[in-house]
Amino acid sequence: MNSVVLAVIGLIAVFSGYRFYSKFMAEKIYRLDPDFKTPAHTMRDDIDYVPTNRVVLWGHHFTAVAGAAPIIGPSIAVVWGWLPAFLWVVIGTMFFAGVHDFGAIWASVRNKALSVGSLTGEVVSHRARNLFMIVVFFLLLMVNAVFAVAIATEFINTPASVIPAWTAVFVAVGIGILLYKVGVGITWPTVVGTIILYAVIYLGELFPVTLAETAGIAPAAQWILILFAYAAVASMLPVWLLLQPRDYINGIQLFVGLGILYGAVFIAAPTIVAPPINPNVPPGTPPIMPLLFVTIACGAISGFHGLVSSGTTSKQLNTETDARFVGYLGSLGEGTLAIVAIIAVTAGFSMTEWQASYANAESFGAVGGISAFVTGGARIASEGLGIPIGFAETLLAVMAVLFAGTTMDAGVRLQRYIVQEWGAIYKIPALTNGYVATAGAVGACLVLAFGAGGADGTGGMIIWPLFGTTNQLLAGLTLLVISVMLVKLGRPARYTLIPMVFVTTMALLAALYQLSSLYTEGRYVLVAIDIVIIITAIFVMLEAASALMRERRAAAAAGVS
Amino acid sequence: MSPSRLDGVRARLARARTLLGEFYTAPYRGAVARARRDEDDLFMLFVFAELMGVPNPAAYYTLELQPLLLERFHEWHTRMGLEHSPLDHFRCC
Repeated sequence: MNSVVLAVIGLIAVFSGYRFYSKFMAEKIYRLDPDFKTPAHTMRDDIDYVPTNRVVLWGHHFTAVAGAAPIIGPSIAVVWGWLPAFLWVVIGTMFFAGVHDFGAIWASVRNKALSVGSLTGEVVSHRARNLFMIVVFFLLLMVNAVFAVAIATEFINTPASVIPAWTAVFVAVGIGILLYKVGVGITWPTVVGTIILYAVIYLGELFPVTLAETAGIAPAAQWILILFAYAAVASMLPVWLLLQPRDYINGIQLFVGLGILYGAVFIAAPTIVAPPINPNVPPGTPPIMPLLFVTIACGAISGFHGLVSSGTTSKQLNTETDARFVGYLGSLGEGTLAIVAIIAVTAGFSMTEWQASYANAESFGAVGGISAFVTGGARIASEGLGIPIGFAETLLAVMAVLFAGTTMDAGVRLQRYIVQEWGAIYKIPALTNGYVATAGAVGACLVLAFGAGGADGTGGMIIWPLFGTTNQLLAGLTLLVISVMLVKLGRPARYTLIPMVFVTTMALLAALYQLSSLYTEGRYVLVAIDIVIIITAIFVMLEAASALMRERRAAAAAGVS
Repeated sequence: MSPSRLDGVRARLARARTLLGEFYTAPYRGAVARARRDEDDLFMLFVFAELMGVPNPAAYYTLELQPLLLERFHEWHTRMGLEHSPLDHFRCC
């Protein structure tokens, strides 16, 4: 099959999801009201609550949710063939992710822009809120560990990406200083920063950086240690100095990257060499059902989006009707990245190369990931746009590394906040100290990164399905909040309830499957985490059943009286 | 290009610049405002603490400056007609 056909089918499907299904959800289910005064107006403080242009909010939502995860997930999941991955991404984006992100904004806007965490406490129960906190903690733990491993692997596979990736940090700091300290407008720092970013890719190619084994520490492990040391320092710096400009650079990279990839696919029109369903999966590959649904979380549906939707987006929504544009279309952007990632890893190879990377890989843990995306995507970009192959490889590697790196920066920071909050709740003053909390957060991530894959840190991608499982549980909790609200309002809840039951069931089944495989492999740190996830998943389901029955009874009683 | 069309292009560019600026600031507006407020709070403390009868915590740290400023300070207060240092925590003679 030609990749253009796949890209066109995928894009038409997701955009018709926006055109028709999101319209139906907006009018019949969420019943958006253009006259409803959003918290950005009623609680306006010009700090957190500010009515903001919907295109700006969409840009923020899209760039905040689309990162390394919708690249890594599909790049692993095509091991079962391109068809299941493609179908799950398209159907997931249309009927799961869009409804989830859109619904999370709506639910938050209708409740004084509370975060999903607080909403879980208000709408469902306090027990559900505690479950939410546990799930978020594990999600951050895993995202930091897994992205550190992914970046380390990429630094080793593409040594040319090392200099450009670290230069981006300095470019970001430069932009931050120019904007906040010197008072320069946004245009020139953006133009010059972007030029520097792409110019140093040449420099990276001229001076590739490789680490030698030092004091018995493998290069991958050294990179992981360096990355966490950096993330610890970065998470303590003021947001205006690093995180904000870094996020901004990533946003630009995302638009440029998507433009390059889709442009190249449409010009080069490569043929998909991978089979629709792969009959020869490598040894140790788990069954497609339920693992596909947790391997691709971001790109189909991801609970992380709920945190973004209700954290900042809902506080800045100008009118309630903007929720559809920002939430549904924002998650759709992530779906388009996942579709092009599937094309890159199935059409950017010759049949023999694809067989070597996927069908004949030594194990499931060694399959795909960022490297496959970089190799395949670079070949398509080179064929389609005439970019030299080496440059294209470095460009895509740097893009993926920057996405993962920024998520790590924000992840470590958020985790520090959680540790500090626990210190305040349980009255342990030491934990409220920023340095102690950061050390605790980074320490926990390091234990996971090395505990999962051994001392060289290279096997850390084993956590990936577990990360997806946690992400789906979080999505399940957010969909539960939306469903309970809909039941309370006497509206049909099946459009959010069916996705909720589906993702939570798949997450539970995946966690149960992984329990046996992790135990047999002797990965006891992960077994312990998996047990916590299983217990949490069961509690989420019980909470859902109890909350929904309670609300149904209340609605029935109100109807009788 | 006619002047009116040129104006239209200019207006569109200005709008794009504003949106780009918004795209940069919107997600972090709260975090930056809070950081600025924290700095302001510290500044207020330093400026108004002694006026309100609260010992200024900065005084303790300026102790380290004593050896460096001692001579200049002594000359200054004698020129001002003060026989001894007017500051409790900065004695030179």
